[in-house]
Amino acid sequence: MTKLTPTPGQTVGPFYGYALPFNKDNELLAPGSPGSIRLQGTVYDGAGNTIPDAILEIWQPDSDGNIIQRTGSLVRDGYTFTGWGRGSVGNSGVYTFTTVNPGPTAPGAAAFISVAVFARGLMNRLFTRVYLPENEEALANDPLLSSLDPERRKTLIARRDADGGLTWDIRLQGGDETVFLDFQQDGSLETSVNADHPARENQA
Amino acid sequence: MPQEQTAQALESEELVPPAEAHAAHVSPKKVETQADLSAEMKGISDRYAEALKNGRGPETMPRLDYAPYRSSILRHPTKSLHHADPETIELYSPAFGHQDVHALESDLTIQHNGEPQGERIIVAGRVLDGDGRPVAGQLVEIWQANASGRYIHKRDQHPAPLDPNFTGVGRCITGDDGSYSFTTIKPGAYPWKNHLNAWRPAHIHFSMFGSEFTQRIVTQMYFPGDQLFPLDPIYQSIVDQDARDRLVAQYDHELTSPEWALGYKWDIILTGSKRTWTENEAYGDAGDEE
Repeated sequence: MTKLTPTPGQTVGPFYGYALPFNKDNELLAPGSPGSIRLQGTVYDGAGNTIPDAILEIWQPDSDGNIIQRTGSLVRDGYTFTGWGRGSVGNSGVYTFTTVNPGPTAPGAAAFISVAVFARGLMNRLFTRVYLPENEEALANDPLLSSLDPERRKTLIARRDADGGLTWDIRLQGGDETVFLDFQQDGSLETSVNADHPARENQA
Repeated sequence: MPQEQTAQALESEELVPPAEAHAAHVSPKKVETQADLSAEMKGISDRYAEALKNGRGPETMPRLDYAPYRSSILRHPTKSLHHADPETIELYSPAFGHQDVHALESDLTIQHNGEPQGERIIVAGRVLDGDGRPVAGQLVEIWQANASGRYIHKRDQHPAPLDPNFTGVGRCITGDDGSYSFTTIKPGAYPWKNHLNAWRPAHIHFSMFGSEFTQRIVTQMYFPGDQLFPLDPIYQSIVDQDARDRLVAQYDHELTSPEWALGYKWDIILTGSKRTWTENEAYGDAGDEE
């Protein structure tokens, strides 16, 4: 089958702030409504500084593990759970979503939320996942998690807060860098992270 | 309507300093020049050409690690992206429809009481997946500077006039054939602080969804023949010329509307669709259980 070559991505830049955010973008359901939880975290750069201009999207099944195909994410009616939300970080690099705990999409599967990360200085969106911490057996059997070494695996598992919320930080670079995913079968599309540049050559 | 957000505090390097209209002409202390940056970009480009000559396959995406774009230095992963087969939720996309987007949101020239300044244009094309199938009923969002190269964003301090009749934000839902169309104003070039005398080629930011979340893309569309292309580290972060060309719209006289607006055509190809692909794989047809 002939494959068309995909259009390249580009950075979201600094000025999406009046375009991408919308009213209740980060409230997949109303805060305080039954079953709602907070998903919150901080986005860091390679120097450990918080990034004040990242924007995230989450996409997840409902609490029963159903994949929702209902419209109304951009103009929320206050009742329909669409499974998708968008959240800009604030000045301190912190993002917040109000959502539900995702259910496993198959019996015994590990429950996770799919995440896309955009930022000024980030050339292309990054995909990752945030897993619920509870079901250890499911986590141990998860195809993605079990393919990672334990140190890296931790970066994809949220921490459960005392009040039922989830905390999950994102590190774009560094020793404890978050695991980001390449979904393309053809590795050449996305493996250009290890590009050459003078700084690296000088080190060599 | 798009609200002005104050949330995005921005680091200073991409911002033009406030007040002094000719700040860029004040002699710098130790500032990197375009010549410095161009030399650095040329080095990368030469090495890429060499790799191609040695049989390496062409790169189709921007490099995440592209130091000439200074803001990327601390913001790119240094570990290889981890290959994963998309699963469950990743094989679907959120649904958008006419509850989400009003038909008039695709015309950026009618959002205020008066006509915006500048050259009125139509930008239209199709969103297709990697197999050439149209992506129907999906969300396309755009944002851009006005005709004088100024974003309405509060932190954009470029001393060019704001246009009270232009917000620079549009949305639409693709048609059954994957088509989209926006009426807008041709954006101006935009100065930024990556280095001394850095200017972005005129561009429109595009955000698209496919039928699977793994196809999500945010990118920028450029205009043909822009003299700033060779100087711009963001455009040049795509090191392959054929790949860069995929971000450049074509002037299309068929699309031009008589006595009204010039037409530019730009198709977007998303990454391959994995849902069917996975089912066609020799192994594991439909997963281990049902």
